Amino acid sequence: MPTATDTIENLVKQEYKYGFYTDVETESAPPGLSEDIIRLISTKKQEPGWLTDWRLKAYRHWLTMTEPAWQKVHHGQINYQDITYYSAPKQKSGGPKGLDEVDPKLLETYEKLGIPLKERERLAGVAVDAVFDSVSVGTTFQKQLAEKGIIFCSMSEAVQKHPDLVKKYLGMVVPYTDNFFAALNSAVFTDGSFCYIPRGVRCPMELSTYFRINAAKSGQFERTLIIADDGAQVSYLEGCTAPMRDENQLHAAVVELIALDNAQIKYSTVQNWYPGDEQGRGGIYNFVTKRGLCKGRNSKICWTQVETGSAITWKYPSCVLLGDNSKGEFYSVAVVNNFQQADTGTKMTHIGRNTRSTIVSKGISAGRGQNSYRGLVKIQKSAANARNFSQCDSMLIGDKCGAHTFPYIEVKNTSSSVEHEATTSKIGEDQIFYCNQRGLSTQDAVNMIVNGFCKEVFKELPMEFAVEAQKLLGVSLEGSVG
Amino acid sequence: MSKPILEIKNLSAGVEDKQILKGVSLTVGAGEVHAVMGPNGSGKSTLAAVLAGRAGYDVTGGEVHYNGHDLLDLAPEERAREGLFLAFQYPVEIPGVNSTYFLKAALNEIRKAQGQPELDAMEFLQLVRDKIKLLDLNEDLLKRSVNEGFSGGEKKRAEIFQMAVLEPKLAILDETDSGLDIDALKVVSSGVNKLKRADNAQLVITHYQRLLNYIIPDFVHVLVDGRIVRTGGKELALELEEKGYDWILKAEAVAA
Repeated sequence: MPTATDTIENLVKQEYKYGFYTDVETESAPPGLSEDIIRLISTKKQEPGWLTDWRLKAYRHWLTMTEPAWQKVHHGQINYQDITYYSAPKQKSGGPKGLDEVDPKLLETYEKLGIPLKERERLAGVAVDAVFDSVSVGTTFQKQLAEKGIIFCSMSEAVQKHPDLVKKYLGMVVPYTDNFFAALNSAVFTDGSFCYIPRGVRCPMELSTYFRINAAKSGQFERTLIIADDGAQVSYLEGCTAPMRDENQLHAAVVELIALDNAQIKYSTVQNWYPGDEQGRGGIYNFVTKRGLCKGRNSKICWTQVETGSAITWKYPSCVLLGDNSKGEFYSVAVVNNFQQADTGTKMTHIGRNTRSTIVSKGISAGRGQNSYRGLVKIQKSAANARNFSQCDSMLIGDKCGAHTFPYIEVKNTSSSVEHEATTSKIGEDQIFYCNQRGLSTQDAVNMIVNGFCKEVFKELPMEFAVEAQKLLGVSLEGSVG
Repeated sequence: MSKPILEIKNLSAGVEDKQILKGVSLTVGAGEVHAVMGPNGSGKSTLAAVLAGRAGYDVTGGEVHYNGHDLLDLAPEERAREGLFLAFQYPVEIPGVNSTYFLKAALNEIRKAQGQPELDAMEFLQLVRDKIKLLDLNEDLLKRSVNEGFSGGEKKRAEIFQMAVLEPKLAILDETDSGLDIDALKVVSSGVNKLKRADNAQLVITHYQRLLNYIIPDFVHVLVDGRIVRTGGKELALELEEKGYDWILKAEAVAA
């Protein structure tokens, strides 16, 4: 008779549903990285001179850097000259004027992923920017948003239409000197989403970017910039998938958030990049720099992430709490299975007075997965009465996986308070049997237990996303009663 | 006589190499309440665990028929869906899983298996309200996560509440009285008594006689060292209480 643990291990071995490949004609740069390639990207995108120069500066800086090695993940050497830095679906002359002119194959791809872009079938209440390999293929609801003065478009479009805003904010939170992958991204980023919410406007719908890597051997380097002006509010969602391939692909994105006085930004991610197969072959290297700046007083930035995909996830969505009374929050569920590795967490840097931060991290490890929480709470001298609360919980499924916690705390102001709680639990055969005895299958039992474990994070997600996140974990919907 | 609900024939079972049940036979008919009593280590909880299908126990001999099925052939969840309910001695906590949600999922699994339509949220809520009244329970328990932070008494009450909602054909109560004060004991047993019907049965496992002051059994079985050494009416429990398990052991030794 198989033990409950065996059964659980079988259950978490769910197949990757989004592993298909779309056969579209693409226009790609030759593989490799050089100043010429960067100029080519910049020219393709008809960028102004200042941006080309910025990219080149970033590239030259990157050349002086070495790949970091402090993270608790292992992978083979990445050959940066093997990667294709620009790949875009071929367009008819002049490119599509609107979504109606987008290649039907691309629309079909997004439909298969559950993201209909066509006018009639759009997701109610969610505006989507769809990024396919290196470029944005279309953004829905642009007109409706523009009526409120909200700018939501691809980064390339923003560079053309709103150069002043881009120039002012690009690199403000994550300068190209920040780290190895941020420098690389600054040099070669191809697209991403840009969002500006004007003063006092509360964005009437969720904004969302859906990233899809399709081409082989290409990297995806997108750049997202979200600015909430004084008193503005926005909730932004990010989703991502990729075809199944035997080789690893690099995804090195940069996301910058800027919240001015009294502004609020909520950024939610459901990350489902291809995780590699059961033997650990293939999968995405997800090396991402995400940082938000609470620039204004009483501003608030909230990161919520559900990380289920990627061979390696390595990212720390962080908040710099500069404005007095500003708040940073980080809610995370990270799941690793088979040979997946995750080293994720957050940095909360308290600079302003009365700043608050909350960290809730839930790590679930199954198979031979290795899950690390790494977090830094830094309270600077100026941050009088700063407060932080951190909670890191780990759940182990089976006995070949690992959970690790690396909390770092630096406090330079004596009026502040920092709390840290951590727990590790094993999904119990007792719990499974209890559920079985009430008539629930082992699958449902595991789903329920895992879902319960993640509840504090799921409740932070926007409704549509919470549902997707639960499904992603193979979790049936909870909380319909009571 | 109608067909019995549960028929255990010469059941032997153990853990790893240790034999715990050494040929237990027991027949439970519809409408009956059976008590299984015995000293610590006699195999009472093993009997409950084997009947419910807990992993880690090896059945080495005998058969168990339940409601027309070979019980030992069924997975634990199939047994539950066939109306076998175990009130746990130590109910586990499931953090973050709402009690009401959990119970609704369980009930609907059972209803589905029995060909009944699933209850929607409103219908379920109505059912829950009715049962809460029946058991005089605090409604707050239902808003909390399954057993999380419950006191010992609350956990036992919650078990009986689940039993009330799931309406099992055979309820096995594994030392439900342990850790209960007298008031809680009264509440729990009155709940159990209210759930007794002509078409269901209860198997009450207990160390102490005191539970049987409130739940009146039709039959009392004394389990010692993996065997049922004596079966009688409710007066046997009183005799045991008075004379202790030693008495029956000695009597057995003489008989042998």
